[in-house]
Amino acid sequence: MPIQILMPALSPTMEEGKLAKWLVKEGDDVTSGDVIAEIETDKATMEVEAVDEGKIGKILIEEGAENVKVNVPIAVLLEDGEDASSIDVSAMAAPTPPASADAAPPPVEAPSVSTPAAPEPETAPSDPEIPEGTELVATTVRDALRDAMAEEMRRDDTVFVMGEEVAEYQGAYKVTQGLLDEFGGKRVIDTPITEHGFAGVGVGAAFGGLRPIVEFMTFNFAMQAMDHIINSAAKTLYMSGGQMGCPIVFRGPNGAASRVGAQHSQDYSSWFSHVPGLKVIAPYTAADAKGLLKSAIRDPNPVICLENEILYGKSFDVPQMDDWLVPLGKAKILREGSDVTVVSFSHGLTYALAAAEELAGQGISAEVIDLRSLRPMDTATIIASVKKTNRLVTVEEGWAVCGVGAEISAVVMSEAFDHLDAPVQRVSGKDVPMPYAANLEKLALPSAQDVVDAAKRVCYRD
Amino acid sequence: MVSSKTAANKKPAKPAAAKKPKRALDQPPEFSPEQEMHAYRQMLLIRRFEEKAGQLYGMGVIGGFCHLYIGQEAVVVGMQMAIGEGDQIITSYRDHGHMLACEMDPKGVMAELTGRRGGYSKGKGGSMHMFSREKNFYGGHGIVAAQVPIGTGLAFSNYLKGTDRVSLTYFGEGATNQGQVYESFNMASLWSLPVVYVLENNRYAMGTSVTRAAAKSEELFNRGSVYGIPGEQVDGMDVRAVKEAADRAVAHCRAGKGPMILEMMTYRYRGHSMSDPAKYRSKEEVQKMRQEHDPIEQVRQRLIKSGAMTEDSLKSIDKEVRAIVAEAAEFAQVDPEPDPAELWTDILVEA
Ligand SMILES: Cc1ncc(C[n+]2csc(CCOP(=O)(O)OP(=O)(O)O)c2C)c(N)n1
Repeated sequence: MPIQILMPALSPTMEEGKLAKWLVKEGDDVTSGDVIAEIETDKATMEVEAVDEGKIGKILIEEGAENVKVNVPIAVLLEDGEDASSIDVSAMAAPTPPASADAAPPPVEAPSVSTPAAPEPETAPSDPEIPEGTELVATTVRDALRDAMAEEMRRDDTVFVMGEEVAEYQGAYKVTQGLLDEFGGKRVIDTPITEHGFAGVGVGAAFGGLRPIVEFMTFNFAMQAMDHIINSAAKTLYMSGGQMGCPIVFRGPNGAASRVGAQHSQDYSSWFSHVPGLKVIAPYTAADAKGLLKSAIRDPNPVICLENEILYGKSFDVPQMDDWLVPLGKAKILREGSDVTVVSFSHGLTYALAAAEELAGQGISAEVIDLRSLRPMDTATIIASVKKTNRLVTVEEGWAVCGVGAEISAVVMSEAFDHLDAPVQRVSGKDVPMPYAANLEKLALPSAQDVVDAAKRVCYRD
Repeated sequence: MVSSKTAANKKPAKPAAAKKPKRALDQPPEFSPEQEMHAYRQMLLIRRFEEKAGQLYGMGVIGGFCHLYIGQEAVVVGMQMAIGEGDQIITSYRDHGHMLACEMDPKGVMAELTGRRGGYSKGKGGSMHMFSREKNFYGGHGIVAAQVPIGTGLAFSNYLKGTDRVSLTYFGEGATNQGQVYESFNMASLWSLPVVYVLENNRYAMGTSVTRAAAKSEELFNRGSVYGIPGEQVDGMDVRAVKEAADRAVAHCRAGKGPMILEMMTYRYRGHSMSDPAKYRSKEEVQKMRQEHDPIEQVRQRLIKSGAMTEDSLKSIDKEVRAIVAEAAEFAQVDPEPDPAELWTDILVEA
């Protein structure tokens, strides 16, 4: 039977790509390992290798085709003795989905992690920080972060970037794309895999008067560097009686990506937020990513910038301004509402915003707050909102125990107790290491439905 | 079970002079036909398994990260031929080959890659995190170099229990720059622990070539010398050379002489993981390695030249291996996902 060649997924988060180029034509013989095509995603160009032997019978997707979904047949390979007439294009469907646990199917119809972010709703208040008439340009979070670094590196030549694969490879997640070309190898530095070492070198460089941006390939690997982040970067100013400031940014993707297992999926928001001497930002939109990172680079303190791999490829409007700065420590109301306050940050907002939309349909008006900074945390904005709605739900992907939601609950209880009409509800990742299996991972992460349920509980509508 | 030796009264090992690296020119001893056949079959199983894993990843049946071992097969197969029952193995995320070489069931390995309940970790670990106490395979670790102190600790357990078992601790040349590797070297030498550090130098840590990441990169086998750990460079594409060096290193450990480093000069044909565009090296470089140094092809040629096997009899081995892999792939796709209740199990051992 002819073998279908399917559009391959080449990264954990890839859903579609461009079939950039065919390197074979119909009638060509291929053996396994031959490069047959090139595909492009927003991250990179990659080669597709044949895994079987045979003759290219038919090319189903022409080169240049954009947005080709993963798993769609792109060509047909004929084995010995077959000819093109044996191809029945109409019979070609994507392979059947994996068998699900028949014993006990997943209980909830949870939307998948990759549900695209709801666009900012019309009802959103206009952002007070943007002057009237400013042009807005759709930009991915990835590019916004890169632009922030590039602008600050142009402005201040003590700013430099270092980390694994940031220079020649252009960043493991392509966030530092183009920086090596513009700024050269002295300021865009590939390090060996020595997180503890290069975090310490970064701290020393900051003590020495530079402004390092230290990229961790992901924050999971920053555990190796924890000692320098906390004992060296965060505490030295205090221990030196104010002499030894440490202007440094530690940045990289944080939290779950997609099926990368327990050691590569942890959300460290509450860990860093715990530490006096650090500032912590966790942007959701591209505009905030850019404006907060620029502010972080200029800040005289160590700042942890928690990014999210799934958000990297999402586009948001970014104001086209010479110097777009978002202040650290200020939350933002993404959607106004009157019945319940939903507080979240980073990727948690995809659930919060989707839930707000769903709740609106059920007659519940949710106010969605994007914290943007976790330390210092803009609790004033939360409290003002709670005074209006009298109900609060927190949403985070990390664990609930000693988490960000726990902190918010405590603050609201001490400062707005009399305004609460229901106990605060926390929506969080489940209290387990992240499982690999697709069904379990989905269950381990929060969902929009979880937020809807929590909101209805605090509104006594369940 | 605990031996009377203690860590404190051990004689300090005398510093070893840096050995000259062994060169491929030193002809390794011949294998018997049985050894050649064994190596051929094991390496082929790994190669075909990995090709299939790559294919399933492309179909979206395997998710997350998936690091293939294609090109490096001779290292793990040669090392495995030098050890016995009870010796321990530990490695990084590039672990499928090690598990197959430990004779873990290909079905259980593949089902873990697809996240199904029949996988070695019940679908909860994935490609990078699999273990088998039964086969003394201690994982499967996702944090670069974390397995090095853990492997050293396995050796410590052998030492304290007074067994003559050896820990084979594998890591990449990229991992060699992590501080914990040197902390491990120091303790292993200080306490004369039976650990063979198998440094798989495949020349690239993701997109960074060894020369761009490591000082004195041409002599990584020497990195234990200040701790008195002898090291050797080995042609890791020739399974006989690997086995020969492994025999000596394992004997060294069993004799209570402490750790040893084997730097295996090897090569990975595929990208670092599936999403690697591999722009940091030329196609010609990869092609040349495949054509001139392929570990499986070398054995194949020898088997045919010596008359031990014919093209046809090799084909039948090929078929047999393909059938094992096909069966594993089939199982890994029909086996159900874990029961949702598994989300909450295995977090703590019930006390
Ligand atoms: C502490 C840590 N830092 C970074 C990473 C990301 N990472 C995964 S593999 C890898 C390259 C490792 O190369 P090497 O040790 O040579 O092993 P190979 O992949 O070649 O087998 C990197 C940087 C990680 N998993 N852990």
